[in-house]
This record gives sequence, C-alpha cells and structure tokens, in this order.
Amino acid sequence: MKSEATGSVQGTYDYRVVRQFAIMTVVWGIVGMLMGVVIAAQLVWPQLNFAEWFHFGRLRPLHTNAVIFAFGGCALMATSFFVVQRTCHTRLFAPWLAEFVFWGWQLVIVAAAITLPLGITSGKEYAELEWPIDVLITLVWVAYAVVFFGTIAKRRTSHIYVANWFYGGFILAVALLHVVNSAAIPAGFWKSYSAYAGVQDAMVQWWYGHNAVGFFLTAGFLGMMYYFVPKQAERPVYSYRLSVVHFWALIFTYMWAGPHHLHYTALPDWTQSLGMVFSLILLAPSWGGMINGIMTLSGAWHKLRTDPILKFLITSLSFYGMSTFEGPMMAIKTVNALSHYTDWTVGHVHSGALGWVAMISIGSIYYLIPRLFGQERMYSVKAINLHFWMATLGVVLYIASMWIAGVMQGLMWRAINDDGTLTYTFVEAVKASYPFWFIRFVGGLLYLSGMFVMAWNVWKTIANNKPYNAPVLEPAAAHA
Amino acid sequence: MSDFINNFWNMYVVVLVVASLLFCAFIVLSNRSARPKGPVELHGHQWDETLAEWNNPLPRWWVWLFWITIIFSVIYLVAYPGLGSLGNALGWSATGAYDKEVATAEAKVAPLFDRYAAMDIKQVAADPEARAMGERLFLNNCAVCHGTDARGSRGFPNLTDKDWLYGGEPETIVATLTNGRNGAMPAFGGALDSEQVRDVANYVRSLSGLAADSIRVQRGKTLFATNCVACHGPEGKGNQLMGAPNLTDGIWLYGSTEPIIVQTITKGRAGHMPAHEELLGEKKIHLLAAYVWGLSNKGDGAK
Repeated sequence: MKSEATGSVQGTYDYRVVRQFAIMTVVWGIVGMLMGVVIAAQLVWPQLNFAEWFHFGRLRPLHTNAVIFAFGGCALMATSFFVVQRTCHTRLFAPWLAEFVFWGWQLVIVAAAITLPLGITSGKEYAELEWPIDVLITLVWVAYAVVFFGTIAKRRTSHIYVANWFYGGFILAVALLHVVNSAAIPAGFWKSYSAYAGVQDAMVQWWYGHNAVGFFLTAGFLGMMYYFVPKQAERPVYSYRLSVVHFWALIFTYMWAGPHHLHYTALPDWTQSLGMVFSLILLAPSWGGMINGIMTLSGAWHKLRTDPILKFLITSLSFYGMSTFEGPMMAIKTVNALSHYTDWTVGHVHSGALGWVAMISIGSIYYLIPRLFGQERMYSVKAINLHFWMATLGVVLYIASMWIAGVMQGLMWRAINDDGTLTYTFVEAVKASYPFWFIRFVGGLLYLSGMFVMAWNVWKTIANNKPYNAPVLEPAAAHA
Repeated sequence: MSDFINNFWNMYVVVLVVASLLFCAFIVLSNRSARPKGPVELHGHQWDETLAEWNNPLPRWWVWLFWITIIFSVIYLVAYPGLGSLGNALGWSATGAYDKEVATAEAKVAPLFDRYAAMDIKQVAADPEARAMGERLFLNNCAVCHGTDARGSRGFPNLTDKDWLYGGEPETIVATLTNGRNGAMPAFGGALDSEQVRDVANYVRSLSGLAADSIRVQRGKTLFATNCVACHGPEGKGNQLMGAPNLTDGIWLYGSTEPIIVQTITKGRAGHMPAHEELLGEKKIHLLAAYVWGLSNKGDGAK
C-alpha cells in the first residue's frame, strides 16, 4: 500500500462506492422530497392525517431525516469519495471500509424510515433517532473519517486541495456534534433520556442543530462547490486567499451561532447576545464561499447560456448567498421576535435546503453520473435544462409563499387592540395561511417532479452502460 | 451574573469571546495583501489536471463587511450582556425589558378598564363598548375551551344556556373567574360493581326522561339514594355550592348515552377551570364577568 505513494502506476480510482452513493442520492432525494410534499399536503388537507403512523408529527421528522441525512448524506459521501481520490491522485484508503460506510449508512436510513413512523424518537430535532441507531451512526461515521483522512494521508500532492479542507472540517465537526448531542441514558432498547436537562439540554440541542446546518449542510456542500464549480466552468478558483480566510472564519464562527435558535427563552441573556453577534459575524465568511464560487465564472459567463449543470451550480450559490444573508438578519433579536415560530423560518430553511444544498448536489450528480459509467455527458441535456427550470420555479414558489405567510403570521400574532387584547386568535392566523400553504405544496410538488425527470435521465444514462473506473492520474509536474 | 456558581466561569466566557473576536480580526489582517501589479497569476498548485487557484486578493468591500460586523459586535457586547459579567453598559435584561413593556401597556389600557370598575356588573353588561371589550377578552382567554361562541364543548360548559354549575349571579361568575373551579366527580368503580353502575346510569337517564330499563331504574334508585344524594341531592337536582350538576335538566357536560354515564360513574370526572386572578387582574375579570353574564341575560342589563 505504501509503495503506491511513490508515484508508480496505481490502476484505477475506486468509483464503486461513489456510484452506489450517487445513485442512492437520487433515490433518497425522491423519497425525502415526497415525504415533504406529503406533509405539505397534510397542512392544506388535514384529513390526510389518517393514521397515527401517517400523522404530520411523525412524518415531519422522517422528511427532515430523509432529505438531510439520506439525500444530503449520500450526496456528500458520493462526492467526497470522488473528490478526495481525484485531488489526492490516489485510490481510496481501505476501500472495503468504504463499502461498510455505504451499507451502514443505508441501514441507518432504513432504520430511521421504520422507527420514526412508529413514534420511536428521542424528541431532539434533527437528532430524533434512538440510541441504538445513534451508535450505528457513530460507527459508520468513524469509518467514513478513516477512509477520508486515510486517503488524504496517502495523497501524492504536497498541498491539500481546498475542497478537502471543507469535507474534512465537515466530517470532524459532525462526529463531535453527533456524539455530544446524542449522549443519553438508555431506558430500554427503543427509549432513552438525554444526558442534559432543562435549558442546558436546549442549548446543547441547538448547538448541534445550528452546526448541523453549518457543517453538514454548509461546509460539506462548500467542499462540493470547490470541486464541481471550477471543473464544470473549466476555470481556476477565483482566490486562494479568500478560501483560506473564509474557511477558518466559517468553521470557527459557526460553533457560536446556536443560541439564536433560543432568543427570548429561558436561555441567559448573555448567551443569546453571543449567539446573535457571532451570527452577524458569520455573514462575511459565508459570503466568501459564494464570491469564490461565482467569481470563478469570470471569463466564462457565456457558458451559463448553454450548460444547465453550471446553471444548477451557480443558481445554488445565489441561493446560498441569499439564505446566508437572511440567516444573520433573522438572528438579530428584534427581527427574530417577528420571524421566530412562523413559516418565515420554514421558508429560510428551504431556500437553503432546496436552493443551495439540493441544487449543488443535483448539479454535482449530473457531473458525476456520466463519468462513473464511461460516458461523455448525461443521456439528455435538455432534460437537465427542464429539471433546472422546474427546480428553480419550485423553490421560488416555496420560499415566496413562506415569506408572505411567515411575515403575515408574525404580524397577526402581535397585532393588539387599543384595550391590550390580541386582535387575532391563533386560529385566524392558521386560516389566513391556507392559500400560502397551498402554493408551497405546488412549489414542492414541482421540485419533486423535477427529481423524477432526473431519475429518468440517470436511468437512461446508466442503462446499457458498464460501470467505468478512470485510471489514477499522475500529479502535475509542479507537485512532484 | 447569577448564572454561574463562581467568577471563574465569568472570566472563562470573557476570555473565549475576546479570543474569538481577535481570531476573526487576525485571520483578516494576516491575509491582507495589496492588489498585485499586473495580471493576476495562478497560485502555483494544480490538482486533478485542471484545478488551480488565482492569487486574487480579498475583495475590499468584503473585508469591510467583515470589519463592520466585528466592530458592531464589540459595541453590542459593551452595551448589552454577553461578555460574562463585563459589558452591558445599558444594564439591559430580557426580564427588565419585558416588565417595562408590560407596565407601559398596562398604564395605557388602564383607563379603559377603570371606567367600568366601579359600575355594577349588570350595568356593564348593558354597555355595548364594554361588551365589545369583554368579547375580545373572552376570545383571547376563554375561547380555547368554551369556544368562540361560548357554547362550550364536551367537558367544557356552555355559557349561554342559563344552566350554571356554580351559579350564574354576577358575584359567582367573578369568583369562578378569579379563583377557578375544580369539579371533582369521584370514581365509583371501586364501590359499585359494573351491574350496579349500569343500574345507576339507567336511573340517572330516567331523571330527565330519557329511555331507561325500568327494572334497572328501580334498583338504581336505591343505589343513587345511598351513593349520590350527598352531592346531587335527593331529587338529583344538584348543588351549586359544590358544583354538582343538576341531573334532571337535560343538559349534559360529558354526554347522556348509557356508556358515557357508566364511564362517568366508574372513573369519575375532573373538570378544571383555571384561576385567572394573576393573569387578568380584578378589573379585566369585572368586564369579562359582565360579558359572560350578558351571554345568558340578553337585554336584562340594568337600564
């Protein structure tokens, strides 16, 4: 194994696990977004809550787990295993362990899909899975880290490419977050109690929750961005310095931002203030990634006209810039007083989830699939273009309706008569939200339909084509 | 700061926050570089055939944005709590801000309620403006259980039907709102066997003329006399002093079918009307009582 690091011919890259994860990204994307459409429909037509295992309260965590950890997780693992090999000019470290990562992760997803509808939950948002599954996640994650960092260790280039900094930061931080937040005392096989109590439990939960956004849904996908944007644009990354500054500032500052989820609660004032100011400081580091991605296109803007994959990638960066501006604004306490607990938050999350995370993943998967099956391009470039417009229109309908609904709810909840009574009862705000929930449902349905176009296109691209493993490339001369 | 058991943790927070802000400043300062003369160049490394990086400097507007947020944070932490026991020059606290806001609002609305405080409740009920205020208070505080039309729901009394568990006089309504009520019907599942419970249930149904098994009614009457009369009275007409419902008037809080009455007798009932003294205060309760009284005394208000 060590002899490989000397620069001799290494055979081919390990694409098998990349293929597995890439295909499951599409599958779980459809499943997770379908669950989203179902619960959006349940809000518009409450009679669709027809059984306890098919109730909004149980399907909502299934939706979030499926899109974040199944769809997003598979996309991150597919791309990171691809990128780390190609940018280190070496095969994966311990490919058999990578197989375990794949099957272990699928087992986690299936376990989630069974336990959550059954009502088995630890009750912690985005960390609902009970302790036996948490243990399995830990094992899979450690294996993932070993394969990833093992591959970095046997790289044949002196410098580590920027995409790998972000993937590496994401893997380390998520391990830390998962272990600390999921600490619990088991009370039977499918029941446990958090190791923390009261406001400390809430703070640990949102330290986890916001960093799940920061590391799982941001740092990891920035890693993806740093490989697939310059590759697809065929241009160098805009600024090395910017990537250094925004990387360190981003991973350092995100860790502080969690308390903004607990404004005006029992959390001490000083903790809330720190959550707010560090969320504001986070604006520039977040935008650093957007600038570096979008400016990479300078000199190649014309490609946006003809290349729908690039459209996905660049549009995702626009949504990233938009939601990372919106986030710090919503973390300001006086803004939060209006936005918190309303659909504005839901809209904000989805401009990040559908606009940024899903679009950058979809673009990257469209780049990957043909290369993993020895093809030049996807079966239908027109279908990618169709998918792009369906997805974009879907996101716009989704977030615009949620902005309107959210601001309306916030204003209705705080409207007060001259005698100090509330102008509206809660149910009046619910009633007023129905039209917007319907528009959100339509937007989600459109986005989901786009995923079916993708599934067809992927199927057509890989059917009748053999899996292909590209030969390991020699590092550029400057690196030798 | 009382959040910590000793001052060490204050300093721990201060040191970490200051170090973090300094780190942010350091990372920007250490990567300052003037715009290079001539065309930008590649940084000098290459990966995977084509991946390279320009050596563009940090965009100046972006650096300014970063500085503005850092400077704002420092100012904010001086003015508001955040730096352990330091900072917070304004002496701000969430509870303080809340108390102040509530006091301002109370002072503003107080005259509206003062106008009616000295008036008799029946007079207040006759005042359309007071009724409108009472209705808003009702919708904010009572409608969740009693419904927006005050007609109640299963287990929550209808307030418009002139039937009162504890009495419908204005003073009684004020007492109900102020201190709340706990309606406790004890469980007889231990004292009576299931056949006996059905006998009593049939007797209870017969009191308001509902269909009942006559043999069970006979047996139930005896059981009622020994077990139920203490609260519901010998004729089943109830007792408003203890909130025991009248069983003869055809109004049912939990339902009149035999299985439901059997359930009521076997397992008992625990109705709970929360106390509103702390939440609303005397003057709002006065107005609300007038509204509730007016619901079943339409047009009866004193002229």
